[in-house]
Order: sequence, then structure tokens, then C-alpha cells
Amino acid sequence: MLELIDVRKTFNPGTINAKKALQGVNLHLAPGDFVTIIGGNGAGKSTTLNAVAGVWPIDSGTIKIDGKDIAGLPEHKRAKYVGRVFQDPMMGTAATMEIQENLAIAARRGNHRTLKWGISSKEKIKFRELLSILDLGLEDRMTAKVGLLSGGQRQALTLLMATIQQPKLLLLDEHTAALDPKTAAKVLEISDKLIAENNLTAMMVTHNMRDAIAHGNRLIMMHDGKVIFDVSGEEKKKLTVDALVEKFSQTSGEEFSNDRALLSK
Amino acid sequence: MFINYLQSLPAAIAQGMIWGILAIGVYITFRMLDIADLTVDGSICTGAAVCAVMLLSGQPMWLALIAATAAGMLTGLVTGIFHTFMGIPAILAGILTQLILWTVNLKIMGSANRALPATKLNLLVARIDLYRSIFILILFVFFIVALLYAFFGTEFGASIRATGANLNMSRAQGINTNFTKIFGLVLSNGLVALSGALLAQYQGNSDINMGKGAIVIGLAAVIIGEALFGWMSRNNFAIKLFTVVLGGIVYYIVYSTVIYLGLDADYLKMLSALLVALFLAIPYWKKKYFSSAVNAEKRALKAEAKANKKAEKKDKKEVA
Repeated sequence: MLELIDVRKTFNPGTINAKKALQGVNLHLAPGDFVTIIGGNGAGKSTTLNAVAGVWPIDSGTIKIDGKDIAGLPEHKRAKYVGRVFQDPMMGTAATMEIQENLAIAARRGNHRTLKWGISSKEKIKFRELLSILDLGLEDRMTAKVGLLSGGQRQALTLLMATIQQPKLLLLDEHTAALDPKTAAKVLEISDKLIAENNLTAMMVTHNMRDAIAHGNRLIMMHDGKVIFDVSGEEKKKLTVDALVEKFSQTSGEEFSNDRALLSK
Repeated sequence: MFINYLQSLPAAIAQGMIWGILAIGVYITFRMLDIADLTVDGSICTGAAVCAVMLLSGQPMWLALIAATAAGMLTGLVTGIFHTFMGIPAILAGILTQLILWTVNLKIMGSANRALPATKLNLLVARIDLYRSIFILILFVFFIVALLYAFFGTEFGASIRATGANLNMSRAQGINTNFTKIFGLVLSNGLVALSGALLAQYQGNSDINMGKGAIVIGLAAVIIGEALFGWMSRNNFAIKLFTVVLGGIVYYIVYSTVIYLGLDADYLKMLSALLVALFLAIPYWKKKYFSSAVNAEKRALKAEAKANKKAEKKDKKEVA
């Protein structure tokens, strides 16, 4: 489904600030895989997601979705295959537009945007149904500006927008990191639900090791721009946080250095 | 004397509406796309020049207006390509196009000034027939607002609005934000040039200097409209566009009032710029000094610092 072959990226090459962010990432996702990604500070977790989404071009390597090489496509064209939710709740929605307008824009992802009216009454009924799944009362506020919503509500809406058009791949980039624990749990629950219902292939970066173990069917650990640990199925279910930290120092020869990850053990 | 002032009001209204059309163009770039587009100072004259030359060579009015609008759209395309394809910051891209247009406008007109005598030509708007002019301008404004209201409600129009509201979200949702930005600039400068074509007819000439500071007047109209009539618009886009035109009218009524009161007309450009600067500063100041969220954050930080100090003291005691 998704194939990353020897993907490399260096930021600010040739300068004093040069940073080798990805140093040969190899990853193969089967359809329906839900992978959680953990790793220390600067391990390349978010960078991997951004490489797939096409935020900037990679230096070398191959990125394939369903056998099609997408590494050369600009960000907006990859959006046809990829749904995304960002860490910053402000980033995934347009604050000055209505909830239903945001959804209507997302519903046309991957399609040509024509001079037809931007939102149909049929769609409004569908949006109302979808919003009610979130169980946040948003279905009664469809014409409210998104800027009026809380961070958690915006993140839930972004999730809905990312999945409304059935992406081949869903990228969740620490999408609960900016939320309070209770809201974060709720948003994670919604993520699980949407992924299961739509049978999506998904990648979720998280700093919370327990979340990484509890969600998805596969877990990978990154270090220094490479995948250093890849576990799935029964073996993943048996993982513990301590085993993960242990595994990390074994494979990388370093202490696990993600302040937030350790704090949220 | 006061009668003279009252008699000057219809002229102010007509002029305000013409600049109001320009201000709608400025609204599209400045408010919707969040781009300060300085092409305006050049493209208003491009519209005037094309319209003047075509009318003087005996072309029909409708063709002259369409050609002027199209020429303005082309200027927006140039700025758009500078900004997106060539990666030049929007403000600089506009300034570059403006300078290009200085040459282009001179070449179109063949000289620095072309007169459009209302007595010889059959003009759409003219000082000598103010009430007819105002009536025609009202039709223009309604037509433009209706057209834009419909356009920005479409799938494509919504993608332009989304581009201005959130670039990241737009790209993630598959919108080619370079294309939407260019299109916004094209649309905006088309309106600006149309306004220039009407202005040339109204004032009876097209002049190479007529665009100097046009962007400031456009911004002033947008800002005055929002400040005075914002309460009317709620969230209705069409009414928002009307308030922008009303802002232009208010601007010119104030303009003729201060002139009537004996102010030296040389001061007006400076005062307009200061007015715009002040109104742009107000939302910034509000955010910086009066926002409750910020204050709440400050309070939280102070409380945290206090708690930390206490904890430190406690630690020291325990160590002792």
C-alpha cells in the first residue's frame, strides 16, 4: 500500500545548520495497517509524515502509494491520496469559514473544483450525520465559524475532514499533543472509530508510549532518521512501556531522550 | 457657502462609488487572500489608459470597458506569477509590476495624459451629468457584488477563500494555492482597472499619475466600511462588499468636507495614509494590550513563578 524506499532528506545542506533528518527510511505498509510511530526528539517521526505528504521534496528515495510513485507530486496533488491531521489544532481548519464550508472543501479533495455551488443541501444532511458521530454537538452548529470552536472540537473536525473523502492513507502527526488529557482521549477514540469504520491505512506519530502501544496493529520506533524497531500483531500487544524504553537503549545505544514521552509514561 | 458644500456632495458620492469598486478589488486581495497588493497603483491607470485610447479611437463603450478590465486582469496575472512561480514576496511583486506598468501605461497612452472631453464623446459617467452617473454607478456596484457573491459561493470560489483563511489546510485539502492566489490577484486587478476606466471618464482624462496612492484610498475605504458599517454585515458576504463601497463614499464625503473647511488639498494624501495606519494598528493594539486571553496567560505565568519560588523555599528548608 505505502512503500518508502531509502528516503533521505537533509535540511539546510551545506550550511552550519545542516540537519540530516531522514537517513534512509524504509517502510512498507500493508492495506489496513494502523502504525504508531514513536522516537526521541529529532528522530524523524514528523519528518517522515511530511515527506509522504509532500510538504517539501525529498533528496532521494522512493515513495509509492499503491505502486504509484508520488515522490515527484506537489503537496496539493498528493492530497488526493493522503488525509492529514496536524499537531496544531489551528492548522487543519479554516477559522473564518463555517463548519459546513470546511467540510464541503474537504469533501472535494482530489476532485476538480468547479463553478457549481460550493455546498449542496444533500451534502448538508450528510454532514449533519457525520458530525453527530463525533458526539460534540457540532451538528447543531453547522453555520458557526470554526474559529469559535475549542482545540479539541477543531481537531475532531479536522479528523472528519481528513477522512470524509476516504483517503488511501491517513497521517496523524501528534494530533492530540496540544490537547488536555481528557480531550486527547476523546479525539483518539474518534480517530480509532473513523479508521476502523472506513478501513483506513494510517500512521500516527505520538509521544505517548502507552497510546502507541494501545492503538493500531503495528508500532515502529525511529532514531536518527531511521526505523530501528518494527513490531506488529501479537508481539506488539504484549509490549510494555518499560520494554520499549529498554528496547530503545539496546538498539540505539543511547538513553531515550524525549522529555514529553518520559513524562507521559 | 454651505449650499456650495451640499452641491459638492453628489460628486463625492459618485467619486466614492468609483473608488468603491477599486476598494472591492482591494478587499479581495487584502482581506480574503491576506496579500497587500501594490499592483493597484499601476493597474488603475492601465484601466484608464486602455479605456481612454479605445474611446478616442472610436471603439464602442462596452468594448472599451471589457478591454480595460481584461488589461487589469493581465497586470494581476503578472504580479501573481512573480509572487508564486518566481517566489517574490507579494509586496515586492506588486511594486515590480507597478514599475513595469509605468512604462506600459505611457506606451498605451502615447503621452502622460489623454483628455476625454465629455462634450465630444458619449461617456457613461461624467461630471456634467452627475445624477445619471450615480444611477449608472449604482447599477455597476449591484452587478459586481451579485457576481462576486455568486462566484465566491462556488466550489472554486470557496477554495480561494480557504487559501486566504489557511494555507496549510488548503494544500492538505488538495487546493493548488498558487493557482488560487493568482486567480485572486487577476480578479482583483480586473476590478481595479474597471474602476480606473470609469474614473478616467468621470474626471475627463487619463493621467499617468492618477494611481499614486490608490492602494491607500482602497484600504481606507475597506477599513472605514468595516469600522462604520461592520455591524450591518453580520456574516453576509454581499453586505460586506456593499459596506466597502459605502466606505469609499464616506471617504470622499469627508474629503470634500475638509476641503470645504479650508484645508490645503496637499495634506490629504498624508492624512489618508495616517488614517489607514491608525486603523490598521487598532486590531493589533487590541490583541496586544486588551486581549483577555493574553492577560489570562500573563496571570497564569505570574502565578506559576510564585508557586515555583514557594517550592524552592520549601526545598531549601527541607535540605537545611
